Amino acid sequence: MLVNLSGLKNVGLEHFLIVGAILFSLGIYAVVTRKNAIMVLMGIELILNSANINFIAFSKYSTADLSGHLAAIFVIILAAAEAAIAIAIVLNIYRNFLTVNIDEIDNLKR
Amino acid sequence: MNQNTLVLLASISLLLPFLGFVLLIFFGKKRLPRQGDIIETGFVLGSLVLSFIVFFNKILYFPEPIEWKFEWVNFGFVENWGEMKVTLGILIDNLSATMLVVVNVISSLVHIFSIGYMKDDVRYSRYFAYLGFFTFSMLGIVLTNNFFTMYVFWELVGVSSYLLIGHWYEKKSASDAAKKAFIVNRVGDFGFFVGIMIIWASLKTFNFGEVFAGIEQGKLSGGLLTAAGILVFCGAIGKSAQFPLHVWLPDAMEGPTPVSALIHAATMVAAGVYLTARTYAMMSADALTFIAYIGAVTAFIAATIAITQTDIKRVLAYSTISQLGYMTMSLGSGAYVAGFFHLVTHAAFKAGLFLGSGSVIHAMHHALHKIHDHHTDPQDIRNMGGLKKKMPITYYTFLIYTLAISGIPLTSGFLSKDSILAGAFAFGKLSGHVVIPLIGFFVAGLTAFYMFRLLILTFHGEPKRKDIFEHIHESPKVMVFPLVILAVLSLWFIFGPNPFDASTTWVEKYIHKPKSVVPHDQQFEFNLPKESVLVTEYEHALHEAHIPAMLLSLGMAGLGILFAFLTYQWGKISAEKVANALKPVYTFLKNKWYFDELYQNTFVLATLGISRFARWFDLKVIDGIVDGSAHLTKLWSFSVGKFDWNIIDGLVNLLAYITGFFGYITRLLQNGKVQTYIIYVVFAVIVLFYIFLG
Repeated sequence: MLVNLSGLKNVGLEHFLIVGAILFSLGIYAVVTRKNAIMVLMGIELILNSANINFIAFSKYSTADLSGHLAAIFVIILAAAEAAIAIAIVLNIYRNFLTVNIDEIDNLKR
Repeated sequence: MNQNTLVLLASISLLLPFLGFVLLIFFGKKRLPRQGDIIETGFVLGSLVLSFIVFFNKILYFPEPIEWKFEWVNFGFVENWGEMKVTLGILIDNLSATMLVVVNVISSLVHIFSIGYMKDDVRYSRYFAYLGFFTFSMLGIVLTNNFFTMYVFWELVGVSSYLLIGHWYEKKSASDAAKKAFIVNRVGDFGFFVGIMIIWASLKTFNFGEVFAGIEQGKLSGGLLTAAGILVFCGAIGKSAQFPLHVWLPDAMEGPTPVSALIHAATMVAAGVYLTARTYAMMSADALTFIAYIGAVTAFIAATIAITQTDIKRVLAYSTISQLGYMTMSLGSGAYVAGFFHLVTHAAFKAGLFLGSGSVIHAMHHALHKIHDHHTDPQDIRNMGGLKKKMPITYYTFLIYTLAISGIPLTSGFLSKDSILAGAFAFGKLSGHVVIPLIGFFVAGLTAFYMFRLLILTFHGEPKRKDIFEHIHESPKVMVFPLVILAVLSLWFIFGPNPFDASTTWVEKYIHKPKSVVPHDQQFEFNLPKESVLVTEYEHALHEAHIPAMLLSLGMAGLGILFAFLTYQWGKISAEKVANALKPVYTFLKNKWYFDELYQNTFVLATLGISRFARWFDLKVIDGIVDGSAHLTKLWSFSVGKFDWNIIDGLVNLLAYITGFFGYITRLLQNGKVQTYIIYVVFAVIVLFYIFLG
């Protein structure tokens, strides 16, 4: 399937970075504002992916090697592992506190 | 037997009753058989045997006094004094040897009598313990050779007298009487103490012999010597119940009757006379006149009161005071041997009179108990009468004592009383103090009168209360036995072969008037030895006075007895009519010359007033000052407390509050929510970006 990519010639590094930044900000926003722990995890995914976009963008526009791509792939793998662990933690939190609302979980201050 | 053995025996005789006291007071009630009465009585009987041995050995084989001394304390050299030391010891001369026997005889008989009289008493054991303690203290007075231990034992007999008067202390009158006896005695003892201090300060010794030697050397003379003599005699005024301190003795009759016989008739009250006899050598003419007048006044006052009393023991108490006055008067008027002789004879018949009255009271008490009458006074002679038939032994012994105290021939009382009156007669003639023999003879008549009044009202005539009379019985043998012994001791042959001549008695033979050590200008002229004649003027007068005094005293006694029989036996003179005719005099005598009221309204009320003032002063002034300072301290600490609370604590609290405030602020940052921390991190990263990249 052919996709017309002619328009992409006008697309520069800045645009990718802007998309990454927007994605990062949305991720932060989600992490900070959501009450539900699952939603916070989703925010973290967003942040990771915004980093991935940056890796790929810099890799495309700066050097010829694929080290940026490699880093992105590592991040994806890492994100998968992290998601598994994080959801396990969330499950344990639910078991202990019978809630996943992180406003109610303030044991850290004790 | 040598001197040391004699001293040893006397010491054992002194300590035996004390040993009994210790045993009885600790083990008497629970551990000893019969609560220990046999043990105590046995000890006193042992003491009696020893004292007889000491007595006979002393007067037969040792003409000189035996003295045993030891140094008690030595303070070494004292400035303005010299070597200060106190030596104590035992003195056995004929006077103390005789007194030793007298005390032990009376004490033993009273112990035996008490076994019957005090039977079923609640504090039976303690009673015997105190009797033993008293005997010990009294023997101490007798045997001491110095003023120091004399004073100590003087107080000890006071204490035992106090304890025994208050034996039935549940009775208010008994405990009051005990206190009265003790306090009144203290007044006299204070004078005694001051007298001893004068002697100690001027002669630097307590020992009798050394004191007399010092006075003879002129170390103490003039007014101070007279003062010392009178002050020492003050002790005798208190103890021997002389005017004006005689008020305690009638009240002391609240004690058990055997105690009255032992302490308040025969021995302790005679201690004052003994003291005067002991210190006789140092009495100046003025002191002797004072003593003679005190004795005469006492004899007169007490005899007049005795006529009107109705309590059997009170009559005897006033008779005791009167007889003690006689002895004192006799010593004061120079009849030294007669005074001491009367002490010895009086001890026997007066102890007998008291024990006899005890026997009567015992019988009355039991009879009243039988008919369930608990209101009638068993001691009131108005409830008695006719007891002669029911109590023959008590009656006949009582009759002998009464004859003896009235001075009827064939009794011991006749011998001693006759000598006293002869002495007073000679004294009055030579010194011009004619009041003294006058009182002496008048009191002789009064004595016979009131004693026969007592005898007739108690034993003669018809019984006044038939219901009581039916239940009267003679006392048990243990009580009758001492009465018989004392009756025998009241007869003349105990003392000498001739019932009409006192000079043949062993007392006159072995007791001698000590040579006065007072400077010649302070002695009676007629007592001084003259160079030309062998006997002094006084001795001469005494010899001359003998026959007239004897006849006069017999006449007075006969008159007294006659009036007693006319009034109470034959009813020729009505006692009521006489009392009504002499109403003011009768009331005055009946109320004991108002001495108690006088003392109550002066000394007692004044003392109470002073105490009340002192209490007020204490409560208001002293307590006020103390309370005021307490208030000041309280106020001061209150303000210090406020300062502490508000200023110091305020500063500390402010600091803590500020710290807390900041802590609160920072705590708000640490709210424990992960999301907040993330915001901080993001914010911090942004800030760092601005710092490092901007």
